[in-house]
Amino acid sequence: MDRDAAAQHVGLTVGALLFNWPRDKWRDFYARLADEAPVDVVCLGEVVCSKRTEISPDVIAETADRLQRGGKSVVLSTGALITLLRERKECAGIANNAHLECEINDFTALAYHRPGQRFRIGPLVNVYNEGTLQFLSGLGASSVCLPPELSLGAVESLAQAARGLDMGCEIWSFGRIPLAISGRCYHARIASRTKDSCRLVCLQDSDGLDVKTMDGKNFLSINGVQTLSHSYCCTVDDIDKLKAAGVTSLRLSPHSCDMVTISEIFRARLDGHMDADEAWSRIRNVCGPVGFTNGFLSGGAGAGPNH
Amino acid sequence: MEESIAFAHDREVKVFVAINTFPSPGAERIWHEAIDDSARFGADALILADIGLLDYASRRHPGLRRHLSVQAAAANADSIGFYARTFGVRRVVLPRVLTIQDIRAINDEIDCETEAFVFGGLCVMAEGRCSLSSYVTGESPNLNGVCSPAGHVQYREEGGFLESLLGDFIIHRVGSGSPAPYPTVCKGCFSAGKYHGHVFEDPKSLDASILIPPLADAGVTAVKVEGRQRSRAYVSAVVRGLRRCIDNHAAGLPMEHLQFYRLSEGQATTEGAYQKKWR
Repeated sequence: MDRDAAAQHVGLTVGALLFNWPRDKWRDFYARLADEAPVDVVCLGEVVCSKRTEISPDVIAETADRLQRGGKSVVLSTGALITLLRERKECAGIANNAHLECEINDFTALAYHRPGQRFRIGPLVNVYNEGTLQFLSGLGASSVCLPPELSLGAVESLAQAARGLDMGCEIWSFGRIPLAISGRCYHARIASRTKDSCRLVCLQDSDGLDVKTMDGKNFLSINGVQTLSHSYCCTVDDIDKLKAAGVTSLRLSPHSCDMVTISEIFRARLDGHMDADEAWSRIRNVCGPVGFTNGFLSGGAGAGPNH
Repeated sequence: MEESIAFAHDREVKVFVAINTFPSPGAERIWHEAIDDSARFGADALILADIGLLDYASRRHPGLRRHLSVQAAAANADSIGFYARTFGVRRVVLPRVLTIQDIRAINDEIDCETEAFVFGGLCVMAEGRCSLSSYVTGESPNLNGVCSPAGHVQYREEGGFLESLLGDFIIHRVGSGSPAPYPTVCKGCFSAGKYHGHVFEDPKSLDASILIPPLADAGVTAVKVEGRQRSRAYVSAVVRGLRRCIDNHAAGLPMEHLQFYRLSEGQATTEGAYQKKWR
C-alpha cells in the first residue's frame, strides 16, 4: 500500500463489550466476529464492573487466539473506574501483559506503565486537547479513541494533532454512548440491593435497562454502575467528513443486534460501496426499534436532533 | 484576580485557583494564560484536572503548588501516585465515590495531601467522567464548567402537574402547587423497568459535616465546600458553620449538625458515599 492509500485507509475497531453477557452468548459473539466480521481490531476485557466474573482470563486468552487467527489485532481493555486493591492489581496485570497491547480506560493504568511501552487510549478517559495528546504520545500512546462528547470541529483538530504525533485517531461510531460511571450500581439500586449484594442483576439486560422520563420518552440506559444514552450513536452519514478529518478508525460498540452485519455496513460505507440511505435502511432492520443520534458530532446536545 | 488575591492575603486567607475544565482543541492558549496570570498574581495553588495543563503548569511554574481537581477522578493510591510523581501534585481532591475506609487506605499509601468534599452538591457519578449534562444541553462540567445549566431549564404547568425540564426532557413532575426540584439530570425522577422514582439519586445535597472527625482521623488535610454558582450568603453561612465544626473537633468538643437544610437542594441532605451502604 503506498503512502496516500495508507493515509486513506480507515479501519474498524470493535470496542470492549460494555454489558454483562452470559458466557455462552459472549463466546458465540466473539467466535462469529473472529470468523466473519470485516474488522481490524477487537478490544477484549471487562471495562465497567470488576464484580462481573462470567468471563475468566482463560476464556479471554482463548478468544484472543481465535480472533488473531481470524486476522484481527486484539487489544486488552482496562477497567474504567478503579478503586479497590483487586481492581488495581487487575489493571496492572493488563497494562504489563507481555502479549497484547493495552487500552487504558482510567489513567490509573499510567501508574504501571514502563518506559517505551506502547499503549492505546480508550474513549472513557479525558483527552480533549493537543497538550494532553502530546503528553500521552510522549509516554508511548499509539492511538486514541476520542471521548464521544466531542464535536466534528474538535475531532478535526485532534485527528490532525494525532497524525502529527504518528498516532491513530478513532471515533465512537456505533452504539449507545457511555455518559457516566459511578461508585453506585443503579441496576442494584432499583432492585433494592446494594453494589455489594447485587447478585449480578445486570445480567438480565443485554443492552442495558431503559430509563424513561415521566412522560414515557426514552432517555437513558443503565448498565450496572454505568449510564449510557438510550439512543445509539451512528455515524454512517458522516463517513466522508470523518475520513476528510483524518480519522483512522471507527469504533463499533457491541450490542446484541447482529454486529457482523453492522460491521459489513460500515466497511461498505468506508469503501464507497454503499450509500447512506441503504446503510440506514439496513441498520434499522438490524437494530429494530431504537433511536439514533449524532448530536455530539454535530456540536450540540448529544441527544439530538434524532435522525 | 490580582486585587482579590491581595485582599485575601491581607486577611491571611489562601487563594487556590480552580482551572479545572478541559481545554478545547485549538484554544489551549486561554487556559495557559489563566495559569500564567494565577502565577503572576501570587495564587497559593492551582487546582487542575487536565493532563496537558498539569504538564504545562509543572514545566512553566514549577514553584507554584499544584492540586489535582476532583474532575481528574483520581480514585486510588496508584493513580494519585502517578499524578504526584509525574506532575509534582501536592494535594488531591478526592472523588465523592469513596468511603471513609477507602480514604484511610489511600492516605496510608500516598505522599501527598487529600481534601474531601463535605458540603454542597452531590455528584453521584465519578466527577469529570460524566457527560449527562452535555447529552441533554450541549454544555458540561468538563467543557464548560457547568452542570444542567439554568439557561436550558423550563418549568411548565400541564394537566394539574408542574414539570421541570432540562432541554427536551422532563426531569421532575410534581402536583401543581408543590415545589418542583431543580432539574439536575442525575437527581431526576424516571422509570426503569418496574421501578419509578429517583433512579440515580434523590434530590439531596451532601452534608458530611458530622463526619469531620472520622475524615480527619482517616488523614484528610482539608474539607471542601462545593461553591459553584452559589451566592455569597450561602458560602458565608456554610463556611462559618464548617469552621465551627472543625474548631470544635480540634478542641475535643462534640459535633453538631449544621441545620442548613434550607440551603440544600430538595431541603434534604445525605452523607453520600462516605457510608458504604450508599453504593
